[in-house]
Amino acid sequence: MKAIIQVENFASSLVGTLWTPVFVGIFIAIVAYALWPRNKTQFDAAARMPLRED
Amino acid sequence: MTMGEAGLASGLAVFAFVCFLGTAMGHDQAFSFHAALACAASVISVVVIGNRYLDRPAELPPAEIGGRPNYNFGPIKFASAMAMFWGIAGFTVGLIIAMQLAWPALNLDLPWTTFGRLRPLHTSAVIFAFGGNVLIATSFYVVQKTCRTRLAGDLSPWFVVVGYNFFILIAGTGYLLGVTQSKEYAEPEWYADLWLTIVWVTYLLVFLMTLVKRKEPHIFVANWFYLAFIITIAVLHLGNNPALPVSFLGSKSYIAWGGVQDAMFQWWYGHNAVGFFLTAGFLAIMYYFIPKRADRPVYSYRLSIIHFWALIFLYIWAGPHHLHYTALPDWAQTLGMTFSIMLWMPSWGGMINGLMTLSGAWDKLRTDPVLRMMVVSVAFYGMSTFEGPMMSIKVVNSLSHYTDWTIGHVHSGALGWVGFVSFGALYCLVPWLWNRQLYSLKLVNWHFWISTIGIVLYISAMWVSGILQGLMWRAYTSLGFLEYSFIESVEAMHPFYIIRAAGGALFLIGALIMAFNLWMTVNAGQASETEGAGALQPAE
Repeated sequence: MKAIIQVENFASSLVGTLWTPVFVGIFIAIVAYALWPRNKTQFDAAARMPLRED
Repeated sequence: MTMGEAGLASGLAVFAFVCFLGTAMGHDQAFSFHAALACAASVISVVVIGNRYLDRPAELPPAEIGGRPNYNFGPIKFASAMAMFWGIAGFTVGLIIAMQLAWPALNLDLPWTTFGRLRPLHTSAVIFAFGGNVLIATSFYVVQKTCRTRLAGDLSPWFVVVGYNFFILIAGTGYLLGVTQSKEYAEPEWYADLWLTIVWVTYLLVFLMTLVKRKEPHIFVANWFYLAFIITIAVLHLGNNPALPVSFLGSKSYIAWGGVQDAMFQWWYGHNAVGFFLTAGFLAIMYYFIPKRADRPVYSYRLSIIHFWALIFLYIWAGPHHLHYTALPDWAQTLGMTFSIMLWMPSWGGMINGLMTLSGAWDKLRTDPVLRMMVVSVAFYGMSTFEGPMMSIKVVNSLSHYTDWTIGHVHSGALGWVGFVSFGALYCLVPWLWNRQLYSLKLVNWHFWISTIGIVLYISAMWVSGILQGLMWRAYTSLGFLEYSFIESVEAMHPFYIIRAAGGALFLIGALIMAFNLWMTVNAGQASETEGAGALQPAE
């Protein structure tokens, strides 16, 4: 029982520590995606979406 | 008859019967009154659904006519009209309670008109009724236009707009009758909360299903903001409101957790209502309506993506700054403060993106008061999101908290940012929906200047009053006694409360001019030249 609790504590503290770098990593990936030179044409087209008439 | 019509009509019929029983067996008058309202509304809805079925052609409206999307504007028109109505109501109640603070006799010594009951009526009417209807209306418009597809569902969009306004009615009448769970911005009791949950999930589904059947491969950034707003409000609402009713036939309930846990949940909810209702949703308006009105593309689409995700990652942690120097653990307070300060970056990134969208079109500010209104709103957004993080710093908060400075801050955001961007959006939306030209740009100009002066009076009065209050409360004599009694600080507030009420009155007058202008646009306006238009009209 004690061993199980120890494993649980270890797991929960690991998850509690890990999510910060994980979220930071996800955010850096998003910034890279936004700034990636090849995506520029697609984003420039998207910026004009409100102006399109059907 | 479609499945939806049959299902909703029979469901409402059963609900009407349940509410009839609730009316008869309710343990308190307010509960019986609300059950009676729900019973009547259900019966009327069943009749309306039946009539609609008998009147409509056998086929449901087509998704496209002649290769162009057949947009569904009915529910949007309803929500726009309700937004204007609730706006006037909410501003009026705000003016009344502002005058009550200056002249307390105006509470009439009646329970229903005391400050404690009218104040949540004011906040809910302006935030949830006015702001909420603007958000629902614009989100249903923008998602259709940028996805080039008809709104998903037949009755469900109507269920969302009518159901949401029924929630407002139940919440608002409840406050007047003294029904409240006493959580700021989450005052409605358990049965109103349950109803809102049903309405909100339907809203989410309508929005999502419209995105799913989009004809455009890319999901425009405004829709991301709207989606974040809808999902987060659902999560916040469920997180903050788990309550156990004393009886299923009574209005009183108790919240699941108490003490500091409840306080933390409450301000996690409260601040993210600011972040996702009053910010994310209205930023969606900014990202669609400003480019459209200025006829310029979004300044930097890359910045808009970073802006969106930075806001999402940071805002959710800022809540504890409402609980500085309380029983909340110190580290949690510091965490809230830190994230609030970090929010400067996405907030100003968004502001810059909105303002710079005008590059190459700045001259339009001179001729188009609608665009000017929206641009000034973005400037107010920048100002209040500078002020907010500053006030979240603990030493600043020790001066500002519990004073009128907070009220001033909230209103520079609410009147300047949320109010003006909503007015701008409605001035665009109403002519587009009814296919009319705006009745008078001159009146928009009058609205703009009267309301702007009103806001400036309001927020400067509250700054002076708030800082004065804070300084009086912390002033000590040379012997270590408090220099002022509390009532002396109350007395010192009196002139500022009168200036504030004057500012609020100007803001209300501006909104009345707007209501007249929009009414004349719909009922006496000239048909728009460019059909289905978003084209900018010449100003003069």
